[in-house]
Amino acid sequence: MAISKTETGVGKVRRPGKSRIGLAMVSPSVVVLLVWMAVPLAMTLYFSLIRYNLLYPGDNEFVGLENFHFFLTDAGFAAGAWNTLVLVLSVLVISVVSGVLIAVLVDTPFFGRGLVRVMLISPFFIMPTVSALVWKNLILHPVSGVLAAIWRFFGAEPIDWFTTYPMEAIIMIVAWQWIPFAVLLLMTAIQSLDQEQKDAARLDGAGPLAIFWYITLPHLARPIAVVVMIETIFLLSIFAEIFTTTGGGPGYETTNLAFLIYSQALLQFDVGMASAGGLIAVVIANIAAFILVRMIGKTLTDKA
Amino acid sequence: MMTLKQSRRLQTLLLGTLAWLVALIIFFPIFWMLLTSFKTEIDAFASPPQLFFTPTLENYAEIDQRSDYFHYAWNSVVVSFGSTFLGMLLAVSAAYSMAFFETKRTKNTLLWMLSTKMLPPVGVLVPIYLLFKDFGLLDTRLGLVIIYTLINLPIMVWMMYTYFKEIPKDILEAARLDGASAAQEIYRVLLPICKGGLASTILLSLILSWNEAFWSLNLTASSAAPLTALVASYSSPEGLFWAKLSAVSTLACAPILVFGWVSQKQLVRGLSFGAVK
Amino acid sequence: MDKRLIPTLMATAITFSVAAQAATTVTIGTVNNGDMIRMQELSGEFEKTHPDIQLDWVVLEENVLRQRLTTDIATKGGQFDLMTIGLYETGIWGDRGWLTPIENLPDSYDLGDILPSVREGLSVQGKLYALPFYAESSMTYYRADLFEEAGLEMPEQPTWEQMREFAKVLHKPGQEQYGMCLRGKAGWGENMALVTTLANAFGARWFDEQWRPEFSGSEWRNALTFYVDLLGNYGPPGASSNGFNENLALFNSGKCALWVDATVAGSFVTDTSQSQVADKVGFALAPKQVTEKGAGWLWSWALAVPATSDAKEAALAFATWATSKEYAALVEQKYGITAIPPGTRLSTYDNEAYMTAAPFAESTLKSLKRADPNDSTLKPSPYTGIQLVSIPEFQSIATQVGKMVAGALAGQMTVEQSLKQSQSLTEREMKRARYIK
Repeated sequence: MAISKTETGVGKVRRPGKSRIGLAMVSPSVVVLLVWMAVPLAMTLYFSLIRYNLLYPGDNEFVGLENFHFFLTDAGFAAGAWNTLVLVLSVLVISVVSGVLIAVLVDTPFFGRGLVRVMLISPFFIMPTVSALVWKNLILHPVSGVLAAIWRFFGAEPIDWFTTYPMEAIIMIVAWQWIPFAVLLLMTAIQSLDQEQKDAARLDGAGPLAIFWYITLPHLARPIAVVVMIETIFLLSIFAEIFTTTGGGPGYETTNLAFLIYSQALLQFDVGMASAGGLIAVVIANIAAFILVRMIGKTLTDKA
Repeated sequence: MMTLKQSRRLQTLLLGTLAWLVALIIFFPIFWMLLTSFKTEIDAFASPPQLFFTPTLENYAEIDQRSDYFHYAWNSVVVSFGSTFLGMLLAVSAAYSMAFFETKRTKNTLLWMLSTKMLPPVGVLVPIYLLFKDFGLLDTRLGLVIIYTLINLPIMVWMMYTYFKEIPKDILEAARLDGASAAQEIYRVLLPICKGGLASTILLSLILSWNEAFWSLNLTASSAAPLTALVASYSSPEGLFWAKLSAVSTLACAPILVFGWVSQKQLVRGLSFGAVK
Repeated sequence: MDKRLIPTLMATAITFSVAAQAATTVTIGTVNNGDMIRMQELSGEFEKTHPDIQLDWVVLEENVLRQRLTTDIATKGGQFDLMTIGLYETGIWGDRGWLTPIENLPDSYDLGDILPSVREGLSVQGKLYALPFYAESSMTYYRADLFEEAGLEMPEQPTWEQMREFAKVLHKPGQEQYGMCLRGKAGWGENMALVTTLANAFGARWFDEQWRPEFSGSEWRNALTFYVDLLGNYGPPGASSNGFNENLALFNSGKCALWVDATVAGSFVTDTSQSQVADKVGFALAPKQVTEKGAGWLWSWALAVPATSDAKEAALAFATWATSKEYAALVEQKYGITAIPPGTRLSTYDNEAYMTAAPFAESTLKSLKRADPNDSTLKPSPYTGIQLVSIPEFQSIATQVGKMVAGALAGQMTVEQSLKQSQSLTEREMKRARYIK
């Protein structure tokens, strides 16, 4: 059957019934997510405009943008926004770069590859709270942690991670949890790389680096884009790790937006402000997504 | 001079060693946690950290005595598998349509789906709690299944979309020419090709649901509490707890770890385009 | 078919359904501290004597539990029948009518046996809203062996200045022996509990009579400077992220010469199964400085029945059982006499056997008797509470201030800066909550 492939998509030249099927198949998800998004969002919007504290029931007057104003003028807001950005970008870079390198590393068969693969993915199986506690008390603790013992073995003074490098410590913990995610996705994607292409290139005299740069990497472009998009969404609202280890401190060093909402609003059960903070976080997330899409959006929907 | 074969083998050996090294470093904290689960509380916090010690099963014994592990584990299983199943039903159909019936709206729909995850859970706790209360979903497995399906759906759609995009349309054309319906297309042709992608999406959804520790704690009491609640009950009490926490975490992630090990073979099964062509 | 089968089946079905209806489920939310875990383990005894009551447990860490319970009770979620709450919540929630007042207790319960300060802390306008499970104050722990070696003597109630002198002598970081261990981790119930009592001892208070915060005053400056200096120079590394548990672990592994913290630690530090210095611990009251007021804090974990519960009677029955003298005897039988929940009943401390077996008991009782939430500051204050202020906004305010204090301790900002930030953020919050204009 001669079907002309147009640029905008094959939908237009389909037999009439098919586009309806397409619509029908995507509708359930869209409808479900629409309702899921709309109702809590509407409630959040409403709550953000009134004075609503769980501990002061009945005192629900309309206060306009007061909640937003209060949240934005908090001494920790600037730090919170900045830390969120730093956390997201650092973990993204670390996990994607490591993910690609590790995925390539385990692509060629070697002894015990299956076990290695499971070990590489394993941190993602652990609950974030537990990971944070294990890192904080068993590994990073300056008195009894494993790293402290190693430092002392080499005669150096152990680093007090959560006092001197709190953000770095959090980035370390979060990156450790998300590298396996990138590895998982990229490892699976690399499997679909056509071996013939690589062999052809090798026959042409291309070295491993060239193969990596010109064949492997472009093939991984779309999975990398997916990893970046998904991780960004999760990393924007990292909460458990900060709550368990530093409590946002010292000062505002490790407070991100999600934690700010918690300590500013939730801790005193101020639903109005928590809602305002949530909406502000949505705005910021949208800005981040917009920028990201500008940068990598094309890769997502390009033809294979 | 080495022969090509010898240099290839050396290369494989070097790469293999490097891979093992990286894997061991990444795995180390988990190994340490596993080790700690067999220590006494004093040993767990000892300085310098003890690699060799007298192992004990007292932590596991206490967990067994104190809590009903299987109640929590069963809840975790029901909620994770339930939400993954429901999510995959919705996601596969959505991704199929978006990958093969692409319209100008596809990219925006994808992005919009992801944006439903932009509200930090802490900001939306009370509205959701009120909703669940009004619908009688508090402390029910159904409630958790619903919310997990909803929060994982965007991820599943994205991932399946990516894997479907890799498939050349000709394959589906061939099936359609043979008179297959859309459902048959998906079931008989598409999914078998995407086994790897399918498996990793399912695994990811399972892990995300299994370890989700915000809603699972806030929306349940005792009937529907999954393993995350069990782990939380051992976390940060007054007094030494690291050995016990290590033990309960090991028990909590053991099922999913085992499942992951079993399914990793599926994950890495090569896609042989040759067979399809 | 046997003619009697159907009636038998029906009778059985009815019996089962009646039995099922008769079984009341009581959902209990509690903290995962040792005493509560023991309560959970012993609850089988209660279920034996009350076969129509079934207990379901939700056990969580303190902060998570508090959030969970507050969300539920404020939204009238009705998920819990019995809640384990502290002094802080009882006053606030009782005031709002969210808790069922405790009335008509059996005489054998002996309400008069409960420590007056604890009972008062759990009442609002004379009505009791929760039954105390255990209570604590704060006190000083020191290594009697190290003191003897260095020829030092610990008075019944030292001053903070004296404590600093002691810490200086005993601080030997090269040998992993640190002079003074104190809470440094940010949190309203973590470092701020300790720092507030220290500040009280230095004559400071959180708010003046018009609810204006006093961080810009000289008392807070003295207190915070002292704290940062003491813990920074004579404390362990990582002090600014050490909470109760971390300090307990340090003390138990012999790394702290001095420690000021909750009286409940007494049973942990003298327990040979978790402490390497179990027989070397000395006890004294929490330090004073310019005043004795508010030197040791008061906290109690109590069992309360929310107004939304559908099993109030059953819940109250369990709460009565778990805080009774009979329960204490049961704990003694199964876990030893030192495991009796401390701080709630005078009869515990009248018991000779207990006082002998528990070396920490005497100081605990003294500390508890001195703790008065209504008179905790040198200058008069508009609030009740020793290490806390019984207003709903306090959790958030104190956690933020706690971060500033931890920041000063970590050397991230000066004491001046930290005080300034604390003052401005507290003022801001108080204005928003409409306490001050």
